[in-house]
Amino acid sequence: MKCDFCDQKATVFLTQLVEGQMKKVCLCEACAKERGVTDPTGFSLADVLLGGLPGGAGSITMSSSAVAPGNGKKCDTCGFTLDDLRRVRRFGCSDCYATFSEEVNQMIRGMHKGVSHVGKVPEGLMALQFRNQRIEELRSRLEQAISSESYEEAAGIRDEIRNLDEVKG
Amino acid sequence: MMRFSTLVKHPADWMTGGQGEHGAVLTSRIRLARNLHRHPFPGWAKRDQRAAALDLMRPAIEALPAMKGGFSQELGDLSSVQKQVLVERHLISREHAARGDGSAAVIERRQTFSLMLNEEDHLRMQAIRPGLQLSAAFAALSELDTTLENSLQFAFDPTLGYLTTCPTNLGTGLRASAMLHLPGLVLSDQIGQVLQAVNKIGLAVRGLYGEGTESLGNLYQISNQSTLGESEETIIRRLERVISQVANHEQNAREKLLEDDPEMVADKIGRAYGVLRYSHIIDSKEALNHLSLLRLGGSLGFFSPETVMLCDSLLMDIQPAHLQLHSGQKLSPEERDSIRAEILRSRLLSLESPDSGILSKEEKNL
Ligand SMILES: [Zn+2]
Ligand SMILES: [Zn+2]
Repeated sequence: MKCDFCDQKATVFLTQLVEGQMKKVCLCEACAKERGVTDPTGFSLADVLLGGLPGGAGSITMSSSAVAPGNGKKCDTCGFTLDDLRRVRRFGCSDCYATFSEEVNQMIRGMHKGVSHVGKVPEGLMALQFRNQRIEELRSRLEQAISSESYEEAAGIRDEIRNLDEVKG
Repeated sequence: MMRFSTLVKHPADWMTGGQGEHGAVLTSRIRLARNLHRHPFPGWAKRDQRAAALDLMRPAIEALPAMKGGFSQELGDLSSVQKQVLVERHLISREHAARGDGSAAVIERRQTFSLMLNEEDHLRMQAIRPGLQLSAAFAALSELDTTLENSLQFAFDPTLGYLTTCPTNLGTGLRASAMLHLPGLVLSDQIGQVLQAVNKIGLAVRGLYGEGTESLGNLYQISNQSTLGESEETIIRRLERVISQVANHEQNAREKLLEDDPEMVADKIGRAYGVLRYSHIIDSKEALNHLSLLRLGGSLGFFSPETVMLCDSLLMDIQPAHLQLHSGQKLSPEERDSIRAEILRSRLLSLESPDSGILSKEEKNL
């Protein structure tokens, strides 16, 4: 039997109930490894299927990206690369979504009912951002105070930072 | 904090409460995926980064009022049987159970909330309720989520919503699901049709146990697939509507079966009773299928209504890790089959034989 992803001989066979239907996937050693299906803690069959079975939801992106070499794009925050993304079809950190925004847009097309969020927004987000900003400010003032040897002021600032940090939990 | 043995000593309320809605809906579950802003996701993080994320989340979660006196353990400190018991109770995922140090589970003492730390996402939070109560479960979990936002900064983008490791969870990060018991639809050969219809409107259906199109114990799970582009309320409202329609179909199918072929129904339930009451060796497949029929008998009036609850807790207790926990030792499959039978016999000891009075009523109508 041939691999579902290339013409090699299939050696890995998977069956699972996906969306109420029995799905069977046959993979060769190399494709199985590439899709992480040999790792039992890795990805479920549903993801393998959605990720690029011929005719599946993500097949176009997958087949084109499988041949295109990575363009060296890399997330500054976590070091995740475009090649990593193509390999695991997941992200490295929340900033990756900005780094790989083009790929994100491609991936989520047809994946969900829509492409933009209309649900819950974190209530505390604004307050928290404000507080973090405030802490940053205080930290730089603290440095200044220390370098100008105004230790009394520095102690006051330190207390204030500690208070804000405590609220943060 | 609560010990493991205390946590699992008693079945949770939600495990034995599936009596409403004709007993077709056992449980409702809400899961929210959240991640820490700018921290590498667990699957990509290095060991120390994962530990740092855990150190940030765990105190914040343990400090939640709802988690007071709850259970909190790093997965490396749990034995594989203990982890498996949590999986069988649907308190952690199979994937999470495969993890060790650097991942943790924090569970509310009545097991209505369970939080997985460093699963595929930094945080997978879950609320479970008996019967069809998705809205109530969401309201409770969302409140917990809002409280956590005071101490943790979650990764959020105004356009993409909550940012998740896998783009299939983007937006709301919401997976709402219900577990349904559908023996009527299975016995009347309508299950395929109904499940296909549910699938067609973009909801996922899968058998709860085992592989293949037929599900062991006639238990099915229906959940949403899309998480982006609709509000939580819209997603949940659609699911609740579809699930109550399926529950109605199930009820109609049961009534029709009793009307058309009462002898077949009585025979199946009677045989299930006989096997469960008197067998000495029973594998989990056979046990699940007979318990399913016993449960059906409970809702149809062949047994007292409490039988439904008894079946629900037995569904949990006859699973492999629960059996090992019960007997306090590692068991071979053969030993499991005999202990399973022993538990079934003893728990069903006082269950009276099926009352087929319901049949003579039907016959009189003829
Ligand atoms: Zn291949
Ligand atoms: Zn990144």
